[in-house]
Amino acid sequence: MRKIFLAASASVAAVALLASCTSGGANGSGDDVADASLSAEISYGFWDASQQPAMEQIVADFNEEYPNIKITSQVTPYTNYFTKLQTQGSSDTLPDVFWINGPNFQLYASNDLLAPVTDAIDPADYPEALNDLYTFDGEQYAVPKDFDTVAVFYNKAIFDKAGVEYPTEGWTWDEFHTKAKAISDALAAEGIFGTASGLSGGQEMYYNTILQAGGYVISEDGVTSGYDDPKSIAGLQFIADLIADGSSPSLSGLSDTTPDQWFVNGKSGMFWTGTWSNAQLLASPIVDSIGLAPLPKGEREATVIHGLANAVASGSKELAAAQAFQNYLGSEEAALTQAEMGAANPAFNESQDDFIASAPWDLQVFLDEADNFSFPYPASLNTAEWNKVENDLLPDAFSGRRPVEDVAAEIADKMNAILAGEQ
Amino acid sequence: MTSVERPKRAGVAAPLATPAPPGRSPRKHSRWSGGELGWAAFFVLPLFTGVVVFYLWPIVRNAYLSFTTFGAFSDAKFTGVKNYVELSADPMLWRSMLNTFIYVGFLLLGIPIALVVASLLNRPGLKFSKVYRTAFFLPYVAMPAAISMVWRVIFNGNFGVFNYLLSLIGIRGPNWLSTEWVALMAVGLVGIWIALGFNLIILSAGITGIPPEMYEASALDGATGLRQFFAITLPLLSPSIFFVSVMTVITGFQLFDLLYALMGTSNPQINNTQSLVYLFFAHFQAGDKGYAAAVGVIIMILVGIFTLLQFRLQKKWVTYA
Repeated sequence: MRKIFLAASASVAAVALLASCTSGGANGSGDDVADASLSAEISYGFWDASQQPAMEQIVADFNEEYPNIKITSQVTPYTNYFTKLQTQGSSDTLPDVFWINGPNFQLYASNDLLAPVTDAIDPADYPEALNDLYTFDGEQYAVPKDFDTVAVFYNKAIFDKAGVEYPTEGWTWDEFHTKAKAISDALAAEGIFGTASGLSGGQEMYYNTILQAGGYVISEDGVTSGYDDPKSIAGLQFIADLIADGSSPSLSGLSDTTPDQWFVNGKSGMFWTGTWSNAQLLASPIVDSIGLAPLPKGEREATVIHGLANAVASGSKELAAAQAFQNYLGSEEAALTQAEMGAANPAFNESQDDFIASAPWDLQVFLDEADNFSFPYPASLNTAEWNKVENDLLPDAFSGRRPVEDVAAEIADKMNAILAGEQ
Repeated sequence: MTSVERPKRAGVAAPLATPAPPGRSPRKHSRWSGGELGWAAFFVLPLFTGVVVFYLWPIVRNAYLSFTTFGAFSDAKFTGVKNYVELSADPMLWRSMLNTFIYVGFLLLGIPIALVVASLLNRPGLKFSKVYRTAFFLPYVAMPAAISMVWRVIFNGNFGVFNYLLSLIGIRGPNWLSTEWVALMAVGLVGIWIALGFNLIILSAGITGIPPEMYEASALDGATGLRQFFAITLPLLSPSIFFVSVMTVITGFQLFDLLYALMGTSNPQINNTQSLVYLFFAHFQAGDKGYAAAVGVIIMILVGIFTLLQFRLQKKWVTYA
């Protein structure tokens, strides 16, 4: 099976390579494409160690075209990645090429730390929502790498053992809650919970439930918080209820053992997560009993869509080499490598087939969600500042220490103050 | 002999604590000729440069930044005492100060433990004493991050070793690392465990330095083991104990890596358990660097005050033989 992918992607890659060569010559943007004999040493910063094999494969492929550009990977775990990047940004030592995400992009772009993408990148190759995410003051500064929406992975073995029906398309919050509770009740003796999902950031769960309830995190113009909207509060309440009745482990339980560990060790039945978990789940001991369902429907169907992008440091001493690599990272060939290795769902349009085929469960779910009901990831100029407010206060709401609406009102106040300061 | 010198080293390790250790007389430079001074300066220069560049300059710079508003990448903008005014009204400051004090208290409890273990390890005729010493010292040289990973597994509320053992006797253990106050206790326990090795080595060296004749003489006078401990070991060891306690307080005030790695960033109790350095880190990370610098200054002042206090108090209880 895998061999077929390899052969197929290799031939597609060869075609893509030819195509890019000819188009480069034809549209006269050859000035932007660095000479293949260019010699340089550049660094590539990213955070996901599970994607490292794919990134290194991409580097190897890139070196076939540019044999004299030596690329060193700098892998920093996500929890420290942006702390380190900020220090590097302050001291003009950013990696030449590095991953950036939605919450951090505007901060770096507004401080002139990123180089605009070259003409070799055609925005039409990527989803519009992602181009918008990485555009600042009308200029695009990063090339979309992948995109993720969130869906529910479930462990069929646990559902079978608890005698609960598998989720189906179009299911609702109530059904989700009922199934989770039923699993927790049936398998309590084994310490198995119905669901365990990440609550230390919004993307896995609470941004989605806020949207599903009809609420919003930040207004479209980016100036007001949506936390005090009654619908947003309903989205948060849904999660607090799951924890309160034992459908989910407590916040302590989710902190002592991370949600992905609950799931891959067969201790939770359902796991809200994005495409980025695919590689980990493929390598997990429960790989044979995993199923995938779309997010359940609240007032409406919704998921946040987010994607990483590859950026080039404006202060790079090897700008031409860095941009040549950035262009390659944005190419269909690199997208297909990522997809084929199951690393991430590539952003390059129509390149996701290999990704969908990389797992025995139906990854098409993620793509359908993106097409049908995805909402942009909430971000502003200094997203990290109000993310800290969320992280500081939401645990009180989820754990039931304080009423959800009180916490939500406090978050809204503080977030509005921060947003006002950004104007 | 060596133990008498230790308090001076404590002074060096804590550049913030300036009081001169007792017994040090000011050097008489007048005896030195110009050429000698030049050479002395030449030899001191490399170390001096390092200290200035990596210790003194950052302290001065940090103190300056604490009076500015300093974002993620923007230039520092002077805003006077604004950070300090906000800080004094920030409940997180008082909570993290309290947490830090409690943690330092825990670490200080580790000193009597180290003292007891050290005297046991130095009993004449004890077999394999070097093996024990190595075993006790190992945690100190291991990476706090690695140690934390192991203790996280032990403390895990749902699947941890501790709670499993407790369940055998019918007790449902708490989520050690994510329950208010309990988490601080758990961090303190690990802190004691790590520090034990260091304290043990210092105190053991001190005990070895006590002349055996004193024990022989006291034995002739009929003193028993316990009496000897209080009449000879404890007083003669007091300079070592003093050194250990100064170091413990300084280490305690710098609590960060252990807490960060043990509790994890998604811990719902992190705000209630954070230390002063963690508070610094949290604001630094959120791009609020001027505020973070102000927290740094407060930590520095507190360490200075407590070290000064200890140097004052030592006159009452430390015996220099």
